Order: sequence, then structure tokens, then C-alpha cells
Amino acid sequence: MNLYKRRRVRNRIVMVLAFGATGLGLGWLAIILGTLVFEGASGLSLAVFTEMTPPPGSDGGLLNPIVGSLMMTVLAVALGTPIGILAGTYMAEYGRFSRITHVVRFINDILLSAPSIVVGLFIYEVMVAPMGHFSGLAGSVALAVLVIPVVVRTTEDMLLLVPRELREAASALGMPPAYVIGKIAYRAARAGIITGVLLAIARISGETAPLLFTALNNQFFSANLNAPLASLPAVIFQFALSPYHDWQKLAWTGALIITIAVLGLSIVARTLASSRKTS
Amino acid sequence: MSLAVDRNTIPVPLTQGTSAPGGALVEKIATRQLNFFYGANRALRDITIPLYAKRVTAFIGPSGCGKSTLLRVLNRVYDLYPNQRAEGEVLLDGENILSPGQDVNLLRARIGMVFQKPTPFPMSIYENIAFGVRLYERLSRQELDTRVEQALRRAALWDEVKDKLAANGLSLSGGQQQRLCIARTVAVKPEVILLDEPCSALDPISTAKVEELIDELKDDYTIAIVTHNMQQAARVSDYTAFMYLGEMVEFGTTSKMFTTPADRRTQDYITGRFG
Repeated sequence: MNLYKRRRVRNRIVMVLAFGATGLGLGWLAIILGTLVFEGASGLSLAVFTEMTPPPGSDGGLLNPIVGSLMMTVLAVALGTPIGILAGTYMAEYGRFSRITHVVRFINDILLSAPSIVVGLFIYEVMVAPMGHFSGLAGSVALAVLVIPVVVRTTEDMLLLVPRELREAASALGMPPAYVIGKIAYRAARAGIITGVLLAIARISGETAPLLFTALNNQFFSANLNAPLASLPAVIFQFALSPYHDWQKLAWTGALIITIAVLGLSIVARTLASSRKTS
Repeated sequence: MSLAVDRNTIPVPLTQGTSAPGGALVEKIATRQLNFFYGANRALRDITIPLYAKRVTAFIGPSGCGKSTLLRVLNRVYDLYPNQRAEGEVLLDGENILSPGQDVNLLRARIGMVFQKPTPFPMSIYENIAFGVRLYERLSRQELDTRVEQALRRAALWDEVKDKLAANGLSLSGGQQQRLCIARTVAVKPEVILLDEPCSALDPISTAKVEELIDELKDDYTIAIVTHNMQQAARVSDYTAFMYLGEMVEFGTTSKMFTTPADRRTQDYITGRFG
């Protein structure tokens, strides 16, 4: 009986700790989101999406950084996703038993946790310096370098989760490996791989450091990838640190826009992934 | 597309065998001194055994005796893993399929396999079957529909799924999934069907359906089945092979194996004294 009681007490303690930790995590998240909405929502207006970043003291919006961020994110994902998925596919499928895979996985994990500012410096060195100027293209490449390890990791993990039996069954029908991967393994792992790409988008949407060395910023409207390009994180960084109240307000609004965009994206992708699964 | 023509014009399954009971037996597959290794571990020892055309051969024996391994050699599915290798000969219609020149994908299209756990592909019921067919044949939509229906009928699944062919294969029950996998295998018109404990995850009713199916399929196909269930082996097979510790202990007609086994170990296993 004594033993049972002790077990009960222990059970309680663990439960309380688990609930407490969950509450603590969610609590901070709620506070952060609350502050963000409180500070940023009042600045939301049509002008934010239609007007350029203003000089201090006058009205304006965030059109140029929004466009710049969209361009660079799309390009970075377009560059990084295929490389990431193919590399992850190699590791999980073709090279599953080879030693190179272990090496690549190790390096990829380092890249995954590398400070993004290092990536920015690297791209500065290999692209910005030789080209002689900052550019949106360099920013996209820097972001792509951040996309790749996330996608590699999730693609590999998700493909490894595909049951061995499913691959064998497909092979047993006489399917060549490329078909087994393309038609069966990808299909089975699709939701996970999409989630990986979204994680990568979420990660790069807020990245500031790599952009400071590559795309820099641009207070005017520009859609030229070969020139300095504005981005939301860089503008938030600049405006939030400024002493001007209206700039600070725009920074809050920008932060809110990024958050809502990432949130919306994950919701859309989740519904997409789950609806395809059950259909 | 010459391939597709070939597969349609060659009467499949083969014609030289006879299905008449007691008729002349044709060796569809024969292993000669077959050894198999998982790394350094030798899992099969000098296996020499025939699989007769249009007959059901059951492989029995305690877990780990090499039954499933033997089956996995016959369609070379072990090839997916780098540290597994086979030595000796496996003759399919007299040709050694272990020879380096053998195209494994073509081989696997001729030798279908159904696994222990149901493995429906993550796609619709219709696509689960059509997919394999499309790999080797180019059929019109109508022909494909017919083929899918035939396969599902053969697997005794048609009545249960005919109204929801677009539903995901994963939405079926375990027994239905397994019959879907059998239908998928039958649909590509293989010559040999390997069944690796196909009923181990099924309830008795589904098991009975699968057994009935095996009985029907043997009119056209050469079938090998691995099973842990003695009664099942006795019910469905014409020939039985008893394996123990990687060796072929005894091979003979099922009736003889279950009534007057020659080897002491066979008798002990069949009567449940070990295993």
C-alpha cells in the first residue's frame, strides 16, 4: 500500500511539473503574441500595404520591405527546397547504408545550428564582395543556405519513417527505385516534407542577420534583385532601434505582419496536408 | 512498349504445366545449393528445392528458420539491402535469376509478393491496383478499369469496395487491405506469387477468404506460402517444406508430410513438440 501511495504521489508530481512547464511555455507565448497584437494592430491599415517606408515624421507604409521579403523568401525557397529534398532523398534512399550519408548528416546538423550571421558573412564574402554591391540575389542565396539544412533534415527524417515494407512491396511489383521513391515514398512522406519546407519558410521569414550583409536594405521601392533590397526584418530592425515613435510603430506592425503570414501559412499547409491524407 | 506486347502475348501463366491433379509436374522455380547471408550470418544452408507450376508449396518451420528469407531470395527483394547476398542458383524456367545480368525489376514483375503486414500504397483503392499495371503495360482507360475490377474480384474484394474505388487504400480494414495487396499483385499478371505469412495479421473470416483465394489462384499461378499455422499449411498447400535452422529438413507432398513425415524433427514440429 505504501508503495502504491508513493507511486501516486510521484505520478502527481510529474503531472504537475508537466502541466506547469506547458503553462509556462504557452504563457510566454501568449504574452509575446498579446504584446505584438496590442502594439502592432493599431498600425494596421491599407496604407501599410500600399505606401513606401517614410522618412521620420511623415506617413508611410511597408510596401517596399513586404515586396522585398516576398521576393527573397520565394527565391530562397525555390533555390533551397529542391537541393534540400534531393539531398535528403539521397540520404534516406540511395545512400541509406553508405558512410557518406553519416558525414553529410553531421555537416548538415552543424549547418542547421550555425548562427545565421555566419551564413550572411559567408555570402558577403562569396557574392557581395566579388559583385561589388549588396543585392537581393545575395540575400536570397543567404536565406537559401538556411533553408537547405532544415529541408534536408525533415526530408530525410520523414522518408526514414516510411515503412520498409512499403518500399519492399513497391519493389516487389517491379518498380524501379526512382518510381518507388517518387510515387510511393514521397507520397507517404508528403505531409512531413511540406511541413519541413514550411518550417524553413518560418525560419527565414524572421532572419535579419544574414540579410544585413547581403541584401542590406532599401528605403525606396525596388524589385531589382541585382540591387539592395528592402526586407521586413531589416526594416523592423532599423525602425525598432530608431528614436522615432512612428517608425517604432511601423516596426511593431511589420512584426505582426510576419507573424500572421507565418501563422497563416502553417495553417493552410496543415489543412492541405491532412485533407490529402484522408481523401 | 514491346515489353507490354510480350507480356500480353506470352500466355501468362505458363501453359506447359498442367493443373490436372496428379498430372505431370513442371518445375517453375528450382533452387540449387542456395546459401544466403545477412552479413557474415549464414541464414540458408544449401537449399535445393523445387516449386512446381500451378501448385501451392507451403514453407513451415519455427521462427528464424529461414522461410521468409528463402521467399525473399526468390524475387531478389533482398537486393535492396547492401549487406545481404545469396550464393548458389535459383532457376526460374531454367534460367538463373541470381546471375548478375538479371534485371531485377522485370524479375519482380514476374514474381509477385504479398507481405506479412498489409502494405497498401498511400493512394486510392483504384490507383493501388492500376499503378502496378501501368508500370509494364499501356492500357486504355477502359481496359484498365476492367483489369482493376478483375483483380478486385479475384481477391474477393470487389463487392466491398466497388462503390468507393476513389477512397484511400489506407481507409480499409486490415483484412481488406491484405486482399487489396493480393489484388494488386494479381493485377500485374505475375507467374509466381510469394505469400509471406499473409494471414498473420488477419481475423479468422479474412483468413478464410484469403485461403479460398489461394485455392482459386493456383489454377493459374505457382504459389509459395510461408505460414506459422500448421492447419493452414495443411489446408492450402499441395507440397510442404519443413525448414529448421536454415536447412531444408524435409520436402514432400503435404499429405505425406502431415501424416508420415520421414524426419523426426518434422514430426516433432508438426505435432507441436517444439517451435
